[in-house]
Amino acid sequence: MTFADGHDGLPRLLAGLEPGGGAVSLAAHTRVHGPLPRVVTHQLIEEVERSGLRGRGGADFPTARKLRAVAERRRVGPVIVNGSETEPASAKDRLLLSRLPHLVLDGAVLAADAVGSRQVIVKVGENAVDAVAALDAAIAARDRDPVSIEVVTAPEGYVAGEESAVVHYLNGGDQLPTFIPPRPFERGYRGRPTLIQNPETLAQVALVARFGSRWYRELGTVADPGSALVTITGAVRASGVYELAFGTAMSDLLAAAGGPSEPLRALLVGGYFGTWMEASRAKALRLAREDLRTVGCTLGSGVLIALGESSCGLHESARVIAYLAGQSAGQCGPCVYGLRAIADSVAALADGVAHPSEHRRVLGWTSDVRGRGACHHPDGAARFVESALSVFSEEIEEHRSGRCRAVPAGLPLGGPAVAGGRLR
Amino acid sequence: MSRRLRVNPITCEAHGLCAELLPELIRLDDWGYPILDDSAVPSELLGLARRAVDACPTLALLLDDDA
Repeated sequence: MTFADGHDGLPRLLAGLEPGGGAVSLAAHTRVHGPLPRVVTHQLIEEVERSGLRGRGGADFPTARKLRAVAERRRVGPVIVNGSETEPASAKDRLLLSRLPHLVLDGAVLAADAVGSRQVIVKVGENAVDAVAALDAAIAARDRDPVSIEVVTAPEGYVAGEESAVVHYLNGGDQLPTFIPPRPFERGYRGRPTLIQNPETLAQVALVARFGSRWYRELGTVADPGSALVTITGAVRASGVYELAFGTAMSDLLAAAGGPSEPLRALLVGGYFGTWMEASRAKALRLAREDLRTVGCTLGSGVLIALGESSCGLHESARVIAYLAGQSAGQCGPCVYGLRAIADSVAALADGVAHPSEHRRVLGWTSDVRGRGACHHPDGAARFVESALSVFSEEIEEHRSGRCRAVPAGLPLGGPAVAGGRLR
Repeated sequence: MSRRLRVNPITCEAHGLCAELLPELIRLDDWGYPILDDSAVPSELLGLARRAVDACPTLALLLDDDA
C-alpha cells in the first residue's frame, strides 16, 4: 500500500480551515488533502492499527480493534458518526462537522468500506444547525461514495451521546443508554453489528488512509502518536479548539490559547467526567496518557478548562455535579439517588453548612456508585467529585468558616462554550 | 466453570430480596440498591445465588457464565 505525502507538522485535521470562513468545499478539501484514496479493506484496518489511533469520543478505545470487531461479523449495519458532543464545554466535533464535513465523511465512508457496511448515519444534536447545514451541503456535493449517507438529529442531553443511547434512539426508542452487553458491535442498529465512532476519530482515519501510519506517527509520543483536537476554555485569553501534538506540555496548550488570563488555581482535564488538578502540578504534565494516568486522569473528549484564582473551584464543582445529577437518564437507582445525594452534599460543603464528616460521606457514595449504572455516567461524575474534594480541600475549610475568595467563573453548562469554535 | 453475579441496573427496583438471601455476596447501598461482590461465586454459595436470582421480582439479578 502506498501513500501520498502528508503535510509536515500542524495543522493536520484543521488544514485548509480559514478563520471566520464557512465550511470547506469538496474542491478545497480535495486540494488540501488529495482525493479519497481507494484502499483495500483489511489494509485500512491494519494501517489504522499501526497508527495507534484511539477513539476521541472519550473512551480512548483502540480504533482498529473496534473496526475489526465489526468487520469480523456478518450482516453489518451502518457506520454511525456520533456527533452528539454532549460535553458542554467541548466544541471540536461541531467544528469538524460544520467546517470540515468532507474530512469526517471521508473517514466514515472508508470505515464503512473497511467493515463491509453500505450505509453511514451521522447523528448530531438538534441544536447543531450549522453542522446539519454543512453536512447536507457536503452530502449533496459528493457523488462518488459507494455508500448512502444520511443525517439524523436528536434531542440534546448529557447522556444522549452515549453509544447505546444513540443506537437505541436510531432504533426508534428513547435516547437512553441500554443494558450492555450486547454492545453495538455485537447487536446495534436494527440488531446488526454496528460501528459507532466519534467525528474526530473518523477524520483521523481519513488522514491515515491517505498518508499512512508512519506519517501519522511523526507527531506525538510512541504511546500516544499523532495530534488531537483540544477545546481549551475558561481563564485563557483565546478560548477555542486547537489541534496539538500528543506530548505537548500543558503549559504549551495554555499558551496556544493565548495563555492564562489570570494566575490559575486549577485545571479541569477531560471535561465534566474529568479530573481537577492543581494548576502548578498540571502545568508540568504533557498531553499524553502516560502522564495523565499518574494523576488519575484521561483526556476524555479533549476538554481543558482553566480556573483562575479569582474563581471558586468548590462552587463551580457544586454547580457541575448538580448539573450532572440532573442529566442522569433516570434509569438506574444508584445514579438517580446517588448523584442527587452527592450533589446535595457538595452544595452543603460549598455553602459552608456541612458537618465536618460530610466530606467522608461523599467519598463513600462516590465509591459506591462507580460501575453501577448501565452507562458510565455515575463513574464520570464520581471521578469529577473525588478530584474536586481533593484539589479544593482548602476551600472546603474556608467555606466552613464563612470565607470564599471568589467571583463566579460561570463554567458552561448545557451548551458549547465556543460557538462554532475558533481556529488555532 | 465459574459464575459471576451481575445486576441489570435499569430493571432493578431495590426490592432487596437478593441481599436478604445472599448477604455473603450482596449488600445494599444507602438507597436499597444491591452492590455485588464481582468475583467468582464460590461453589458452596451457588445454590443460594440461584435462589437469589430466582427470587428477584424484576428478574434484574443475573448469574453469568464467566467469559
